Amino acid sequence: MSTTQHNMSLTGEPPAKLSTTQKVATGIGWTGIFILVLALFNLQLPSFFLWGAIALIALGVIIFANDQYIGKSAGIKNDGIWFRSMTARGILAWGTGIMLTLFYIVLYWFPLYLGYNPDGPNGGLVALFDPLSRLVSGQPASQWFVYGTLYTLAILAFGYKFLLKYRHNKYEVLRTYSVMFFQLGFAFLIPELLIRLNQPYFNPVNIWPLNYDLFAGYRLSEFFTAGNIGLLMLFFGIASIFVITPILTYFYGKRWYCSWVCGCGGLAETAGDPYRHLSDKSRASWKFERYIIHTILVLVVVMTIAVVYSFLNENPEHFWLDKNSFLFGSAAFLVLLFGVIWIFKRHRLASDAKKGAIISLVIVLAIIAAFYFSGMTYGYLLRQWYGFLIGAAFSGVIGVGFYPIFGNRVWCRFGCPMAAVLGMQQRLFSKFRITTNGGQCISCGNCSTYCEMGIDVRAYAQKGENIVRSSCVGCGICSAVCPRGVLKLENGSLDGRINSDAVLLGNDVDLLDLIQQQKKASRDPNSSPFNS
Amino acid sequence: MSAPEHVVIIGNGIAGITAARHIRRISDKKITVISAESDYFFSRTALMYVYMGHMNWEHLKPYEDWFWEENRIELKNAFVDKIESASKMLFLRGEEKMSYDKLVLATGSVSSFLGIKGEDLQGVQGLVTKQDLELLEKNTMNCKSAVIVGGGLIGVELAEMLHTRNISVTMLIREKAFWQNVLPLEDAQLISRHIESHSIMLKHETELKEIHGTKERVSSIETNSGEEINCNLLGISVGVTPNIDFLEGSGIETDQGILVDEYLQTNIPEVYAIGDCAQRRTSIKGRKDIEAVWYTARMMGETVAQTICGKPFKFNPGHWFNSAKFFDIEFQTYGYVSANPGENEKHLHWENINGTKAITIAYHPETFRFFGINTFGIRMQHEVFDRWLTEERDLEYVLKNLCQANFDPEFYARHEKEIFSSFKQNMMHSQT
Repeated sequence: MSTTQHNMSLTGEPPAKLSTTQKVATGIGWTGIFILVLALFNLQLPSFFLWGAIALIALGVIIFANDQYIGKSAGIKNDGIWFRSMTARGILAWGTGIMLTLFYIVLYWFPLYLGYNPDGPNGGLVALFDPLSRLVSGQPASQWFVYGTLYTLAILAFGYKFLLKYRHNKYEVLRTYSVMFFQLGFAFLIPELLIRLNQPYFNPVNIWPLNYDLFAGYRLSEFFTAGNIGLLMLFFGIASIFVITPILTYFYGKRWYCSWVCGCGGLAETAGDPYRHLSDKSRASWKFERYIIHTILVLVVVMTIAVVYSFLNENPEHFWLDKNSFLFGSAAFLVLLFGVIWIFKRHRLASDAKKGAIISLVIVLAIIAAFYFSGMTYGYLLRQWYGFLIGAAFSGVIGVGFYPIFGNRVWCRFGCPMAAVLGMQQRLFSKFRITTNGGQCISCGNCSTYCEMGIDVRAYAQKGENIVRSSCVGCGICSAVCPRGVLKLENGSLDGRINSDAVLLGNDVDLLDLIQQQKKASRDPNSSPFNS
Repeated sequence: MSAPEHVVIIGNGIAGITAARHIRRISDKKITVISAESDYFFSRTALMYVYMGHMNWEHLKPYEDWFWEENRIELKNAFVDKIESASKMLFLRGEEKMSYDKLVLATGSVSSFLGIKGEDLQGVQGLVTKQDLELLEKNTMNCKSAVIVGGGLIGVELAEMLHTRNISVTMLIREKAFWQNVLPLEDAQLISRHIESHSIMLKHETELKEIHGTKERVSSIETNSGEEINCNLLGISVGVTPNIDFLEGSGIETDQGILVDEYLQTNIPEVYAIGDCAQRRTSIKGRKDIEAVWYTARMMGETVAQTICGKPFKFNPGHWFNSAKFFDIEFQTYGYVSANPGENEKHLHWENINGTKAITIAYHPETFRFFGINTFGIRMQHEVFDRWLTEERDLEYVLKNLCQANFDPEFYARHEKEIFSSFKQNMMHSQT
């Protein structure tokens, strides 16, 4: 039973060539990057080089995008994606992935190589960014400022490219303006300006648990010493995750954050857009995803309870809350949350999700008990390890460094604890869903291929079922690439949102009723082994 | 306990696979799906995306490979040479035999050719099968220009595919505008203009007369207007024909397709035919006896599965619907909009200024009963129009409630008001 599997991309003339303009644009962009590399050699380049490098990178991307999209009919532009080395895991993709990964390793663990000097004047690349940093925050640059600037530059420049690519799709256009705005304003400028005003560094839209450091001891000290503004920030941070987030997710799904506001999402949707089709769609990776993302959520909860416990232990006089009350309060809150979900939404949980929830709760409660009885404070140690393994290695090195290999949402899909929280909200109590259009699906697979979260969208669409998946970030690309107008992102009534007994419209109505009955019956694993 | 009944399905396209899935859901029968085209079910409608580099072959498979084993649907890559219905035996190429209790023929279509001399030259081909796609890769390796004969759905796919490889494309279209044998003229002209805007050369009211070749390969063609056009590839997309050659001598009655009754059964009991290869003996009003359409194939698969599992169902599809995409313009249709409306059908046509969105609504000129809609560049809800057709709504109701049917993504510009006022004006003009 063997047929030759032709690699069709190799036999024809692949439409993957760069135009002359695109080659020149690539050259301009790389010249900008070259200047940044040059700065590493500690040449004390005048500030002119910094502006030059930023301008060249931006210009390169803009010229490239203009040549690629302007003057062409507005529509889906995926021609040749699987033929290009850069977007089909070719040598360029591996090269880029390795370079990015190395950059992250140096950034996180060897910032001295970038020229960062906490005890004196910066050198190298970090020094190159000093003028910009002084302009914004009044302080010399750090490696994080360099990173933040390049990150913002990437979102803005590739955001421009994405805007051109999807200019026919207003949902995509507005969403992209939104991520560009939040990155530039909230993630980049506001925190730096706060520093200029002698306030704590605070990005209001970097929400715990994505921002795992929000309740770290040094942050809490900062907030408490900053008076009312500090308290306001802390209050807003707590309200964000416990009040604002559930409300917005209820109305709009997790997309309000993941593909409209979040910086990680912002980079994934702009610079990462050319890699969205690389996500793994297999059932196996879905299983893996559910285990790992919820494990990380458990870790961040435990770690955060530990750091706050440690903080309260060390500063008993600072605060009305006593460390043991905090432990009891946390445990009570988690039990309450679990109880509410169990009572109202148990029928929505698959059996393995139920098991997972119980095991997670037991583990967290056991660890809380261990803290209480041992009185030991592992806060710093846990935070250090979480920061190393999850904050740096996972979200940075693997999450972004491996864009060209595993796709642009590896971190968001497998790692981000914020996405896990929003995902539970989205699956259990949200008006958001992707609806399918009657019997129009032709199983072509564009939706699944271009789903950055690795959701097999087609599996639902070709059965006429709505897509209600906790991982869906609502980027809207499945709907955009659908050639037959089958998919629509919607906020609607909670009734019938999850319709796993739906049938495809078009056939004899009596037959469809019968098929629906049969489908319902086969959903019970005891009565039918059918795995639809 | 006796062995479960063996259902053999020849053809792993949407018809055969839908039948297999539904039979498995409601029965414990042994199911075997035979195909010589591919090991696994793939979406034929998406072949073009592999050529254009939007997807890999793997992405065309609607189910992961574990699906078939978990659902005990046996897949066999083989070619059926002969069917012996008296002994219920299949003879496969390479001396192998397979017996069946019930047989479903879902062998689909092959490209129609015109019967013009030179169609056997290299570089002349249609596009229906996986093998056609592989051939197209080979045929376009050093291809500068191509001619496509036929202005239909496969033709436009071919044009779009070749366009991505920088091959200049000329299309010969028999009608006054693209797909005008199906679309009303204004709709067809909109599509013609849109295709031309992608630098595809359209020659309307033009047919293929001669094919010229050098060294066994197509080099140019001549049209019925005497024009000679050079080409390294000649795409023939003048329709498809049921793939039934292998049935010769089987005793299964055929005409153009395999003749089936209302239950999709052939003249031989327990042998059924579904999808493109089936031809209905009794017509269903408004539908062709052979419908080479994805949706029809799927619905026949759903229907025959019930019949095979002991709940006989006549094939009785609901309201007509279809969809397509012409380069960047999506097309959907619900109900009937005739290409050439007679006295009992009137059309209202609206189009935006850029010529990227349009709607044509068909209705009865006196009762104003709504017959159907063609929509271009605006997504509409199947469920809503299906309901309105069942409720036999009139034109005014449809126009007033058009916003309910919209299925465009959020924030898209809406045109209902514009459409409504344009139609009102149109009506006033036609009444004076």
